[in-house]
Amino acid sequence: MNSILDNSIPVEWSLVDDTKEAFETFVKAHMKKAYFVALGLVGNHDDALELSQEAFSKAYQHRRSLNAQGKFYPWFYQILRNLCISHLRKRKHRRTLPMDMPDGQTLDVPSSPGFEPDAIAERNETKDLVWKAIGALEPKHREVIILRHFQNLSYEEMAQLLFCNKGTVTSRLYYARKRLKEVLEQEKGGQPV
Amino acid sequence: MTCRDNKDLMMAYLDGELDDKQTKMLQEHLAQCTQCSKELEEFKSLKSMTDNIVLSEPEDQVWQRYWDNVYNRVERGIGWMLMSMAGVCLAVFGGFKMVECIVTDPSVSLFLKVALLVMILGLSILLISIMRERLYFWKHDRYRHVRR
Repeated sequence: MNSILDNSIPVEWSLVDDTKEAFETFVKAHMKKAYFVALGLVGNHDDALELSQEAFSKAYQHRRSLNAQGKFYPWFYQILRNLCISHLRKRKHRRTLPMDMPDGQTLDVPSSPGFEPDAIAERNETKDLVWKAIGALEPKHREVIILRHFQNLSYEEMAQLLFCNKGTVTSRLYYARKRLKEVLEQEKGGQPV
Repeated sequence: MTCRDNKDLMMAYLDGELDDKQTKMLQEHLAQCTQCSKELEEFKSLKSMTDNIVLSEPEDQVWQRYWDNVYNRVERGIGWMLMSMAGVCLAVFGGFKMVECIVTDPSVSLFLKVALLVMILGLSILLISIMRERLYFWKHDRYRHVRR
């Protein structure tokens, strides 16, 4: 299996072989990876599909901005994550509360809007809770959890994707897991994880 | 080494990223520090819970249609770009023709013609000023090569 950072196919596609067939080969080689990254970041199938397809379309439009020395996947990943983060920001702003709630009643606003439980396989109560808690994390924390746990990337690979050093990855993972633990404990009514 | 130094080692330990020397250092610290030891156990439990989650795979049809959808997006993107460019050209041309008609029409009062030309002059100055400002900031932006 090729490494996630393997840039042989994309650079060929981008700079040498600019045909529709080469782009098709490239999309088909990376579509699942792109979809699952987006799914981890935005939490539901429809948005993940839409955003990952949009990222490929944008990559095609801006393919000339990648130079021959550039690693392809980190470049593509930046397009994808920026689209997902921008989408999350818009979704956050779209969340509105009805104005005519009777006095004393509160609306149960989910802490992880858009994170649908059916995005995970073989569901059970614990998995649903963890998935919900991941959805409640800040995007930068959620991102490292996804890359580590769902994409199985090493720290070195994560550092290359996030354009930072391994120390930053380690530290971000620590705070992400710490926050995840706190959110889970809150969801469990104060019980330890 | 402080407990804070060991937080990062703890993460790398959980994810199998430590070498033998670092593992030994961490284990020595854990043997003495109950707080870090307890925290590591909690993180182990959390990691196991998170590792158990598997994202569900979409139906085969989704993957079969995926490329077509991407291709349609690219094609439509090119269509929109060409249409926008043509739209701008037509709007500029139409605007120019409209102004020309008004200016050369003897039935339109001189006051209206002058007002129209002054408005166009004002708009042009505004446009040039904004473009010059943008260009200046772009040239002097120290962070323009920094990835956002």
